[in-house]
Amino acid sequence: MEKNWPLWEIFVRSKNGLEHRHFGSLHAADAEMALENARDVYTRRSEGVSIWVVESKNITASNPENNGELFEPAQDKIYRHPTFYTLPDEIKHM
Amino acid sequence: MSEAQLKNTGAERSRSLEEIFEQRIANDEKIEPKDWMPEKYRKTHIRQISQHAHSEIVGMLPEGNWITRAPSLRRKVALLAKVQDEAGHGLYLYSACETLGISRDELYEQLHSGKAKYSSIFNYPTVTWADMGAIGWLVDGAAIINQVPLCNTSYGPYARAMIRVCKEESFHQRQGFEIMMSLCNGTEEQKQMAQDALNRWWWPSLMMLGPTDSESVHTEQSMKWKLKRKTNDELRQQFIDQTVPQADILGITVPDPDLKWNEKTGHYDFGEIDWDEFWQVVKGHGPCNKERMNARVGAWKRGTWVRDAAMSYAEKQKIKKENSAKAV
Repeated sequence: MEKNWPLWEIFVRSKNGLEHRHFGSLHAADAEMALENARDVYTRRSEGVSIWVVESKNITASNPENNGELFEPAQDKIYRHPTFYTLPDEIKHM
Repeated sequence: MSEAQLKNTGAERSRSLEEIFEQRIANDEKIEPKDWMPEKYRKTHIRQISQHAHSEIVGMLPEGNWITRAPSLRRKVALLAKVQDEAGHGLYLYSACETLGISRDELYEQLHSGKAKYSSIFNYPTVTWADMGAIGWLVDGAAIINQVPLCNTSYGPYARAMIRVCKEESFHQRQGFEIMMSLCNGTEEQKQMAQDALNRWWWPSLMMLGPTDSESVHTEQSMKWKLKRKTNDELRQQFIDQTVPQADILGITVPDPDLKWNEKTGHYDFGEIDWDEFWQVVKGHGPCNKERMNARVGAWKRGTWVRDAAMSYAEKQKIKKENSAKAV
């Protein structure tokens, strides 16, 4: 019959205090197996203390073709950065 | 617009896309999976990354041969961990390759049908324990030289996989060298065993770095795309310069009568490589090509029922969960 195992994206928290970060992907029959495989594939040398697995088809990603309309509007809004505002040199702690 | 005009704009558009793309690579920007890329870039990457993944997977076989016969528990756990790493490296690389729009199944199919290649070095037999030392020292040594520049390659997922691979690879080489050192410091017979392994693995390791530059069909384009950052001949010279002094420390002799330090160039000169042998092995006539493929394809086939069972179990569990949620 041969039905292929779906693809899962693996996120690992390397230590408490840090966020989960995308480490890569792997194939597994279900979420539990994805977790077990992720442990063997991505944390053989204590790289993690927590793992998230998400089936790849459930991730919605932005399209790089739309990067212009999505991200360019932020580029000319320099007034959102502190360096936009001039202050006299003698002002401290600001 | 007429059809001809439309076609024209289409061509112009893809030309400018290609120009933007080449510019991004020239600026050392990374290319990510959903970015536009020329079809040839995609295909070349699928070929190289999958070839690399296949090499990791087939590369487990020659060493697997010695896991049950390792001379001590220390050696056994190290070899086991190394072979497990190779499985892991294959998996990192297969997933990097899949981001280019090819399925894992297609990749396996290419390996199993012989359409895709893997590193020719794994078609040589591992006849003594010293081969575990020589493979770690020389084959992993050559692999590291090949792989370190790839951490900087232009395709993001490949570069990230390579960074992880390189981090793990250095233990492989050190455990191999340690095996060689124990043998070289052992009885005369053990030292002979180490020498014999060096004799058999030296030339195939040099060949592993690929055909010489003038014969390499992919080098030029791959350099341009930063899929390759140094030519095969540069990498080979680096490997020789690095490895010969290590053989001296072991007190064994590199099997090349023409090998000589060249004061002027600051490199070792070395003898002619038997490229006929290389091409024979690449074309499938090496000592173990058939054995390796039979082992690989056999394992895949024998595992079919396990993969199927896992899938139907997962599906049944899912239905069960959905039903019990409905019941509540």
